[in-house]
Amino acid sequence: MSRLKIQFDALAATGRKALIPFITAGDPNPEFTVPMMHAMVDAGADVIELGVPFSDPMADGPIIQRASERALAHHIGLRKVLVMASEFRQKDKQTPVVLMGYLNPIEIMGYEEFANAAQQAEIDGVITVDLPPEEARECVELLKARDIDPVFLSAPNSSSERIKKINTFGSGYLYYVSVKGITGAGHLDTKNVEKKLAEIRENTQLPIGVGFGIKNAETAKTIATLAEGVVVGSAFISKIEENLGNPEKAKTDIVELIKSMRQAMDS
Amino acid sequence: MYEMPDKKGHFGPYGGIFVAETLMPAVTELNEAYQHYMKDPDFIAELDADLKHYVGRPSPLYFAERWSKELGGAQIYLKREDLNHTGAHKVNNTVGQALLAKRMGKTRIIAETGAGQHGVATATVAARLGLECIVYMGAVDVERQAQNVYRMKLLGATVVPVESGSRTLKDALNEALRDWVTNIDNTFYIIGTVAGPHPYPAMVRDFQTIIGREVKQQCQEMTGQLPDTLVACVGGGSNAIGLFYPFINDASVKMYGVEAAGDGVETGRHSAPLCAGRTGVLHGNRTYLMADDDGEIIETHSISAGLDYPGVGPEHAWLKDIGRAEYVNITDAEALKGFHALTRLEGIIPALESSHAMAYTAKLAPTMKRNEIIIVNLSGRGDKDMQTIAQAEGIEL
Repeated sequence: MSRLKIQFDALAATGRKALIPFITAGDPNPEFTVPMMHAMVDAGADVIELGVPFSDPMADGPIIQRASERALAHHIGLRKVLVMASEFRQKDKQTPVVLMGYLNPIEIMGYEEFANAAQQAEIDGVITVDLPPEEARECVELLKARDIDPVFLSAPNSSSERIKKINTFGSGYLYYVSVKGITGAGHLDTKNVEKKLAEIRENTQLPIGVGFGIKNAETAKTIATLAEGVVVGSAFISKIEENLGNPEKAKTDIVELIKSMRQAMDS
Repeated sequence: MYEMPDKKGHFGPYGGIFVAETLMPAVTELNEAYQHYMKDPDFIAELDADLKHYVGRPSPLYFAERWSKELGGAQIYLKREDLNHTGAHKVNNTVGQALLAKRMGKTRIIAETGAGQHGVATATVAARLGLECIVYMGAVDVERQAQNVYRMKLLGATVVPVESGSRTLKDALNEALRDWVTNIDNTFYIIGTVAGPHPYPAMVRDFQTIIGREVKQQCQEMTGQLPDTLVACVGGGSNAIGLFYPFINDASVKMYGVEAAGDGVETGRHSAPLCAGRTGVLHGNRTYLMADDDGEIIETHSISAGLDYPGVGPEHAWLKDIGRAEYVNITDAEALKGFHALTRLEGIIPALESSHAMAYTAKLAPTMKRNEIIIVNLSGRGDKDMQTIAQAEGIEL
């Protein structure tokens, strides 16, 4: 059984929701990432989405674009991200780690080599933004054979036909992109999220993680009443960006934001 | 019989649809509209009328007699896409896509541009149809193609300089995709080349094949035979596929796609993914591209902004693999020589992009017999490049 399933089952048993922070590996520097991951878990994170830097992040807003650029300035690519993930795993055997990025680094490495390397690094899930189910069969089979969950995105304009298709290929959780747009953008409309999630649940049993547009404890709390997981990225990366001269301060700020979200979600 | 792509937009292993989930409904909607209207006689009649009266088609096929004589081999004919309205082949496609946008009820047009030719061609048709138009352009290109930026603005378009990544064409494409994902309901994305998610590579090709269809007829009328060889420059590859496609089943016709070698392929500073790249996925399709071992896209180099792109249309990737077309490369310095040759011998100033095709033709012609025919696509005119050329040759204007 995958760590994601175990984690979501355990949370469901206690009536809690997953807090899923996203950071880009190697931002603002390579030494920052693994200690930050541990600190996020200590502050209340249940799953970690680790961004793989990419030169052309087409679905990301300026905040995550700049995070990618900072990491790439340190030459952090897929192979080094996998090393960071295994380093994290040495001390933390429970918390699922989900890689999130774009397809080209995986294409260049080769699907099978990637699946093997991800298994070795004890990665639990993979989100590939520009790999829709139509093109995903080969990659999905290789990952599932190794107990790694391919996590797919769905959007406000996804039809129920598409949700069915996504449900056939995806496992672990289903990532619902709450706004039509790029990461870090838009205003979260919780009424619409609620309506759409009801529609999505007709076609999937998977836990749903909602992301895009969640910036503070209040929105995290609202989303936690609707979905099994709350995904937050740009809000944390903004803290890194605000403190480029002082990564320790960024770390403290992120920990505090996570704690406040955790508290709001559990209350 | 060559029949590509398949229903899902694959050219062998290339092409396909590699986009974020939010874009899937838009891509599907576009594909349905494209499949429908390409068979609709009303739509085709409107497109043909626009190509004739607005673009000025057919464009001439011109026998470059002095240049052929000078090179002392094959007879060289130029397909004069430079004489189209807006000065390049790009308008063939923007006219078609804009008509499609209108029929689909979209009110807002977005586009990416490198050299600015596609941006100008898009702003032009948007002005004519009264559609809002936003053009994304790498900040580096905004600087080196200032005149085209001004043209777009005069036409009523908003030009957005893109400051992310390498600040060139690929980044403009990223930004246009971000816009599309955000404004999906009312926005039509006019991609300027045969790349992107399905149906773009097939659709843009279909709008550009007017080039090759005319050439086939004109060559027959002027020489009584098929050409022996076709030559066209390849960035994304839309002018090349437009020329090649109607000849794919004519096995005797050789095809050469000319990529930009920049400082030379061996220096790493080039834009020649078919000659020196690897296969991967970028901007919605699988194709040859320039990427490092981590899969990060490498910054490209070419004196010609229109060829300065790390990927290439997936159909070219397929034509390369099956050996139907051959892909070669020409350096910045060689392209400049081609530029001067045509300018001085024929009184035609070619775009820097097209100059790559001219330079390769100058290598090829002397190796061929005098009764053989080369057709080279003069895809655009060079007025926009005066500043760049003067600068490259140390001349202050």
